[in-house]
Amino acid sequence: MEISTHSLWTLIHGMGFGALYLLACTGALFALHQRLQPSSSALSSIENNRFLGAYLSVMAALAWLSVLSGTYIIYPWYRFPAPAGAANLAPYPRALLLAHPATSAWHSVGMEWKEHVAWLVPIAITATAFVVLRYGRELSRHPQLRTVLPTFVVTSLIAAGVAGFFGAMLDKNAPVEGGQTIHIAGGESQ
Amino acid sequence: MTLIHESASQDATSRPNGSAAAAILAAGIGSMALAILTIAADHSPALKALLTFYKPTGPLSGVTTTAVFAWVLAWFILDRLWFRRDVSLRKVNIVSIVLLVLSLLATFPPVGDMF
Repeated sequence: MEISTHSLWTLIHGMGFGALYLLACTGALFALHQRLQPSSSALSSIENNRFLGAYLSVMAALAWLSVLSGTYIIYPWYRFPAPAGAANLAPYPRALLLAHPATSAWHSVGMEWKEHVAWLVPIAITATAFVVLRYGRELSRHPQLRTVLPTFVVTSLIAAGVAGFFGAMLDKNAPVEGGQTIHIAGGESQ
Repeated sequence: MTLIHESASQDATSRPNGSAAAAILAAGIGSMALAILTIAADHSPALKALLTFYKPTGPLSGVTTTAVFAWVLAWFILDRLWFRRDVSLRKVNIVSIVLLVLSLLATFPPVGDMF
């Protein structure tokens, strides 16, 4: 059982930071929905508000780690130009996708959207985390804040969903491979 | 008596909504900056070259770094202006959500290509 370093990084970026973020969105939405009513017991508990602030901060960290690893570690491998006349384009995912009309839109629409829309996620969730950390129990006095915060989380969920969907589809059509091989475990040959 | 005192004290010391409004509006501004830079860099080879801060990543490095800078700067300025004040959150919320939704749409390449 082996994995290349490039594949490992795509796993960390997508299945680690990205998928964890998507999973965490449901918890954040549930907690913020509980706080929509000013009489909610969730709003009056200091521990509950501290936990939500910490939870949203972890989500913000995941979002930043996801976009930074995607933009500065994986994307350069994806867009590395193929040498002129290269017969095997598998090590050059962008060139591989653009070489065929049936797959070129995965780059021109999918990757072009994914690489930009993903950056909306950390911006939206950092603002949400800041407001919850700063206001805590005082959110009970600000009904319009309690309404806008779930909207920000939903927007970040949509943006992260778009990025995650295209990330998975791009990896199916033109996976980022290469780098050193990491040997994980030996198997038995039949 | 204690409850009444605590309640009055909480009201007297409760935080104005200005800091939250600054964070929310700045997020909308930062998102829109990202969308505008994405479209502009796509249409202008000169801007694309200018925004290539890190060659292996290409113009994406400059587009995102500049947008994040615009977001942080907008947040800092708005917070300085509003942190002691109560502002109209309804207007701030509407503007921010419109900017966020427009950014989601404008980064979609077929929409960006219409400009």
